[in-house]
Amino acid sequence: MMGPARRVTVAHLWVAAMVLVTPVSAGALHVEEVAPGVFVHVGQVALAAADNGGDIANLGFIVGEEAVAVVDTGSTPAIGKDLRAAIEAVTDRPVRYVINTHMHPDHVLGNAAFRGTGPGGGDPFVVAHHKLARALAGRAAHYVASTDAALGPGHVTAGDVVLPDEEVEDVRRLDLGNRTIVLKAWPTAHSDNDLTVFDPATGTLFAGDLLFMHHLPVVDGSIAGWLGLTLEAAASDGAPVRRVVPGHGPAIGHLPQDEDVQRDYLAAVAQEVRAAIADGVPLGRMVRDARIPSGRWALAEDFHRRNLTAAFAELEWE
Amino acid sequence: MDFAQKSSATAGRGLAALALAALLTLPAAAAEPTAWDDIRANLYGEAPLVEDGLITLEAPYRAEDAAIVPMTIRTALPDGDTRHVAKITLVIDENPSPVAAAFTLGESAGVTAISTRVRVNAYSDVHAVAELSDGSLHVAARFVKASGGCAAPMAKDPDAAMASLGKMKMRWFDAPETSPTHASAQLMIRHPNNSGLQMDQLTRFYIPAHFVSTLTIRQGDALVLRMEGGISISEDPNFRFDFTSNGAPLTVEAQDTEGNLFGQSFPAGGA
Repeated sequence: MMGPARRVTVAHLWVAAMVLVTPVSAGALHVEEVAPGVFVHVGQVALAAADNGGDIANLGFIVGEEAVAVVDTGSTPAIGKDLRAAIEAVTDRPVRYVINTHMHPDHVLGNAAFRGTGPGGGDPFVVAHHKLARALAGRAAHYVASTDAALGPGHVTAGDVVLPDEEVEDVRRLDLGNRTIVLKAWPTAHSDNDLTVFDPATGTLFAGDLLFMHHLPVVDGSIAGWLGLTLEAAASDGAPVRRVVPGHGPAIGHLPQDEDVQRDYLAAVAQEVRAAIADGVPLGRMVRDARIPSGRWALAEDFHRRNLTAAFAELEWE
Repeated sequence: MDFAQKSSATAGRGLAALALAALLTLPAAAAEPTAWDDIRANLYGEAPLVEDGLITLEAPYRAEDAAIVPMTIRTALPDGDTRHVAKITLVIDENPSPVAAAFTLGESAGVTAISTRVRVNAYSDVHAVAELSDGSLHVAARFVKASGGCAAPMAKDPDAAMASLGKMKMRWFDAPETSPTHASAQLMIRHPNNSGLQMDQLTRFYIPAHFVSTLTIRQGDALVLRMEGGISISEDPNFRFDFTSNGAPLTVEAQDTEGNLFGQSFPAGGA
């Protein structure tokens, strides 16, 4: 009697969760279902700090008939664990894939929380751009130290850094059971290892940090490369991009308008930097004297000078 | 470094003195050697370093991008002073390899300013030391706040740098207003300037360090400057310098840690 009764209960919970999209686990991250079977957790538009526990990036997951794919795991294993609880509130299917959209700590340092959540209690495949492993390995010690500085010690250790075991060079399809998602590796833009995840069934694109909304875009790869791409190119399998999940900002945005807003900012940075280079203005002075954009963008004070610096060093070679 | 020696010297003063110091809660800086104390002792021994304004250091208050932090060093001798600046050393105290660059300056080159870009790993004092032809040492220091979060002191696109390894570019600028007899030029060289990775068993990553170790700029046969550098210099090393041009072409020779040699000649004044 116990067995069947329990199964019924679990099934009811599962249905309730699918309808209400309310996490049942106390520690579960709040997620919203932006399209059937596609869930997004909206991180705060903020720097990692003790008061937000590093919950500063958008995370998500896609549920197929057999398995789940997670898209980014947060700044710490604790956030990854809460994302895992949110998934368990929605489905009991295993996590077959943990996908990282790029190497930044707020997107990958929760990976360790998914150990043992794969099929049969094994580990999921960690999937990323083929250049992520090098980029993350080189920065991991720095990321652990900067997490200690921002959140206090003990939230992340070197042992929590999980590098990918499946790498994407161009395009790769992953089957979740009657639902195939399309991963695309991009040339250097936000970073040198940007990867997007497209769900043709719903036209939902997880852009990672190739799209920022509200949060000032951050250049840690190539501003010229970023300006040279369009996210519409992620459309695949006959499906257009109907909605896009930015790496930072609200749960969803739309193409092309939200990408255009970002492009306007990046183009203005490139123009200002090219003018300074042509005038022989040294990097240090240009950055010191720069006017910080006001209005639309959050965190401009924290990232605009950095973008000018990176753009200057890059565009000086033109 | 030489903590053991310092400890035994301190012990000589007696436990009572230590206990008293603890009771008085002396500032940590007074009780513990700083990174700079060790670096300075290693580089200059007991020789005095004077902070007299002869050398100045411009650095941003905050390292906006940890991988690319602009630094400018200027030197100015009093009018009529017959000495010249023989050597300038730039030190990022808290970096794993603190000596970012040591510049040897040509006697007749009249170098008065050098700008470069460095990696800054953590909150750090930065020191610039000028050694004059009479052996005197002059110092300037600035404190740089580290950048947080996802900014790391690493090359952004090492493949792009490798693809054009050793490519050079020389730019010329209008003479600085303060010294119109001077020329102002900037040498850029494509190089990932890799710090190398020796990661733990978890990540299994090993990438050997690969960086520009020496770079020499001459005008004709005369030395303008020679740089001996380490991993604290940013990817695509970049040096802007004010000097007295003798009208001869600038010849650049660089060597990296894998033994690659890069050389190129550039006409004076960008003509």
